Amino acid sequence: MIRRDFALSALRGLITPRDLLVAVYQSCFDWLALCPRDLNYVSTGAMGQASSHALGLAIGSPERQVIVLDGDGSLLMNLGSLVTIATVRPQHFLHLVFENGVYEVNGAHPTPGTGHVDFAAMAIAAGYQKAVCFSELEAFEAALPALLAADGPVMAVLKIIPGKAYPRDYAYIHSAAAREKFRAALNHNDG
Amino acid sequence: MSASVEPGHTAPPDGEAIIAQLKEAGVGVIVSVPDIVTSDGLLWPISKDLDFQLIRVCKEDEGVSICAALSYSDTRAVLLMQQTGLMDSLNAIRAIAMDYHQPVCMMVGLQGKAPGETVLGSASYGVRIIPPILDAMALTHVGIETDTDTPHIAPAINSAYETGDALCFLIGQSPVWTGESA
Repeated sequence: MIRRDFALSALRGLITPRDLLVAVYQSCFDWLALCPRDLNYVSTGAMGQASSHALGLAIGSPERQVIVLDGDGSLLMNLGSLVTIATVRPQHFLHLVFENGVYEVNGAHPTPGTGHVDFAAMAIAAGYQKAVCFSELEAFEAALPALLAADGPVMAVLKIIPGKAYPRDYAYIHSAAAREKFRAALNHNDG
Repeated sequence: MSASVEPGHTAPPDGEAIIAQLKEAGVGVIVSVPDIVTSDGLLWPISKDLDFQLIRVCKEDEGVSICAALSYSDTRAVLLMQQTGLMDSLNAIRAIAMDYHQPVCMMVGLQGKAPGETVLGSASYGVRIIPPILDAMALTHVGIETDTDTPHIAPAINSAYETGDALCFLIGQSPVWTGESA
C-alpha cells in the first residue's frame, strides 16, 4: 500500500507550471498543502464530478496536461464519465484514482465492492488508452514519467493508505477566490 | 421568465434559426444526452454541423461539469437534454452553476408537453413542475415555444456569459428542421 502523501509528493516533482490539476476531497486537501499553485482546480462542487470537470478543461485547453486526483468513492458516482472521456480521447489526460475502499471524509464507511472492483479494468473496457494499478510507491514513482508522457486518456489506480493528516479546508475549495485564481492563471498562461 | 405563447400563434420553433442563434452567441461546444423533443430539429443537425464540437455524455450531470469547466477558457457551450436529465442533475446544477455562480447554459426539451398548452398548465406532472423548481433555485429560464421566441436565445446566452448567471431554455415544442437534410 502507498501512503497518499508520498504518492502526491512524487507527482509534485514532475508537474509543470502549465499543467491543470483537478482534485477532490482528501487528495485535494493533501495536494493543496503539498503543492499550492494557481492552476489547481478545486471547485468540483458535486461528488463524482472531478473527471467531468477535467474533461471540460481538456477540451478547452487541449495542448495542456490535465491530471485528475480522483477517489474510488467519487469515481463510483460517475462511472459513465470513463466512457465519455475515452470517446473524446483527450491526448494529455492522466486520471489518478486513489483507492482506499472507504468514503474517507464521510465517516470512512466502506465503498460498495471494496476490494473487488477493478477500476483499471473498467477504464480499459471503457476505452482508455492505458490503465495500470500500483500498490508499491517505488513502482508508481518509476512509472509516473511515462504515464504523463503517454497518449491519453490514461488511468493509474493507487492502492493507498492515509499519510500525514492535512487540514480539510472546505471553505477554500468552495470559494470564489479559488475559482478566480484558477481562471486568472489559466488565461494568463494561455499562450 | 416563462414560456411565451402569443394568442393564435403556434408555429413551432425553427431548428435552423435556433442553431443560428447558438452560433451568433459564439457557442462552439454542444454537450448532450439525446432528447426526443429536440432530436430531429436540433441534435441531428448539430451532429452534422462542423461548426460545433458535439460531446455525447452518458449522463447529464457530466455535462454540467464540462460546460462549467469550459467557461474558464471562455469556450461557450450549451447542454442539450430532456427535462428528465435536468431533474437528474439538480445537485450538480445547484452546486456548480448556482452556488459557484458559473454560466452553465442548458437547453431542455419538455417531453410530454402537448402543443398549445402552457408549461405550467401542462397535463404532464413532469413538465409543469419544471418552472417552479427552477424558480426555487433562482435559475433563469427562457421559454422557447414558437418561432417568435428564438431571437431571445443569443442575447440570453451572451448575458449569461457576461454575468456568470446560469441559464435554462425550455423547449416547449419540437423544433422543425427546414434546412438541408438532417
